Amino acid sequence: MTEASTAKPIPVTVLTGYLGAGKTTLLNRILSENHGRKYAVIVNEFGEIGIDNDLIVESDEEIYEMNNGCVCCTVRGDLIRVVEGLMRRPGRFDAIIVETTGLADPVPVAQTFFMDDDVRAKTELDAVVALVDAKHLPLRLKDSREAEDQIAFADVVLLNKTDLVTPEELAKVEATVRVINPSARIHRTERSEIDLAKVLDQGAFNLERALENDPHFLDQDDHDHDHDHACGPDCNHDHHHHDHDHHHHDHDHDHGHDHHHHDHTPSPIHDVTVQSVSLRGGEMNPDRFFPWIQKITQTEGPNILRLKGIIAFKGDEERYVVQGVHMIIEGDHQRPWKDGEKRESRLVFIGRELDREKLERTFKACEAAPAEAAAH
Amino acid sequence: MPTVAPLDLEGHVAGVAFLGDVPFFAESSGLIHRLDHGHKTVEAHEGLLSCVRDDATDTLLTGGEDGKVLRVKADGTTSELASVPRKWISQVAAGPQGSVGYAYGKTAHVRLADGTVKEFTEERTVEGIAFAPKGMRIAVARYNGVSLHWVATAGQPTELEWKGAHTGVTFSPDGRFVVTTMQENALHGWKLDTKPGAETRHMRMTGYPAKVKSTSWSVKGKWLASSGAPAAIVWPFQAKDGPMGKAPLELGTRANIMVTQVSCHPIEEIAAIGYADGMILVVRFADSKEVLLRRPGKGAITAMAWNRNGRQLVFGSEAGDCGVVDITA
Repeated sequence: MTEASTAKPIPVTVLTGYLGAGKTTLLNRILSENHGRKYAVIVNEFGEIGIDNDLIVESDEEIYEMNNGCVCCTVRGDLIRVVEGLMRRPGRFDAIIVETTGLADPVPVAQTFFMDDDVRAKTELDAVVALVDAKHLPLRLKDSREAEDQIAFADVVLLNKTDLVTPEELAKVEATVRVINPSARIHRTERSEIDLAKVLDQGAFNLERALENDPHFLDQDDHDHDHDHACGPDCNHDHHHHDHDHHHHDHDHDHGHDHHHHDHTPSPIHDVTVQSVSLRGGEMNPDRFFPWIQKITQTEGPNILRLKGIIAFKGDEERYVVQGVHMIIEGDHQRPWKDGEKRESRLVFIGRELDREKLERTFKACEAAPAEAAAH
Repeated sequence: MPTVAPLDLEGHVAGVAFLGDVPFFAESSGLIHRLDHGHKTVEAHEGLLSCVRDDATDTLLTGGEDGKVLRVKADGTTSELASVPRKWISQVAAGPQGSVGYAYGKTAHVRLADGTVKEFTEERTVEGIAFAPKGMRIAVARYNGVSLHWVATAGQPTELEWKGAHTGVTFSPDGRFVVTTMQENALHGWKLDTKPGAETRHMRMTGYPAKVKSTSWSVKGKWLASSGAPAAIVWPFQAKDGPMGKAPLELGTRANIMVTQVSCHPIEEIAAIGYADGMILVVRFADSKEVLLRRPGKGAITAMAWNRNGRQLVFGSEAGDCGVVDITA
């Protein structure tokens, strides 16, 4: 095919976070640190960006509803235009960063990179990074649904301004973030100070990479993940006391009882409307699983913010990974199961008004029966 | 056999045109090249986003990432028509008597030949501007439809509503129809010459596998050719109600290579069809007869234009491999 179509897609990082959470500080850090990479930045307002960069593009957030009858199929029209313009001269930058306004819904931003064919052909959503003001999060959760959505939708959460809260407050806020989003990587920061390798180039939407090194993905007990990259140095001490923090690193022994428990545990802050449902099962029958996931995402799509999963199919030597945003779902084989790796299926839904009992029951019903597998 | 005179440029070509007999190539970088007794180059913009030919004055109009709107003459000289720092000018349009349309954000602007600028603000971002063939009237494409404004009077615009995002707009040469390209894979049309008070006549032109990025009216506006499929989709507009209830022609059909540009001939009912692999065909409407003008190249065709007598076609691509085809040679 043509040169342009075989070119490597440009990674896109989406920065979300409430006003004052530290997005601009992080952006200035990204633009000023000496990492040898060039970024094109799409912002809503030039505002406080103090860095001289001629690839900062101002863009009015503009939501398009797609005319396919689905209320959750929204994209950002302005991003389609700006990305198309930028990609005509791709040599100018290595990656794109989209900064959203404090009240922005992150979903249309992300969906743009799946639903628009032109954007999808040339770029690749890398990760959604949410900045959270540790001091003001409880207040934000009281007065806005957006703050919660931003956390629920994120792949990486920077719990920022940790210097402004007590260790107890911080632990509580982190626990709240974890309740809203059990699969995000959480980093504690002051003044948005963080190793950029933990924010950029995450491959969170890349099916090959998405769940490979993700220590928070449902008690995942792979041995190759990086234990210290997600929490503060004292994370183990803080977390053990909360029974909804199944993401900590002492694995294995608690599998039997903990896999739904954050649904049973009230959030320490009572204004959380997003819930997550974590499912765990054995090997699946693909003839049941695919129709099931299709149906769930079709009927429950508007309530599902994100879903991620690793599926073990009976008789399949490779792990199958799935992910979704509302009604958009994609999946692919990721890699062969390792020797000794437990072949089980794990799936997490993050959303609202999710029927946990039904999801559990119908997910279980997709399991392959031993006799059935033998018959194949 | 047509002959191709190639011109190899560095990057994406956003627009091409003939000014007089001189072929012009506008690169997205902001360089404007012309073949006028040798290859000549003007640094016009810091990033060029839009480029159209102004038939009334035989000049180019360009808009850029630098917030500038320029007029480029056949000798390569440029003059600045507008400058809006830090705004992207992704829309320019040529109007009658040297008037120029451009837009950024939610406001469309019309600059008259005497320098007066009129503003037309919409509720949503302006995504396309077109001048009506007669009278000082503009169509502005925006979310959920098109607004028609008389430039001289400050009256209420005529609103043509259709749900969805409209990304570009064009009038038929006889002024009877307005057609938009949409974010979804479709064109939408409105018939303008309905009797006052009569129901609005909509034309939904759908079935495309991809977004329509290029449209072109045939001579006298009898047909509207479009990209967005592995063939040029050509809708009949001769009838009173346009293409309503009629099937389009499908010309230059290829197995799985998309048409990216179409350009109807200025005199005959034929069209140049540019593809994603850089190939160009010219196809006659009457019998679908095809002639190869250019073999596949390095990148998708992004711009094509005929000269006035229709003997030469200038083209550009996303990879910068451009050229001029002489169909009489």
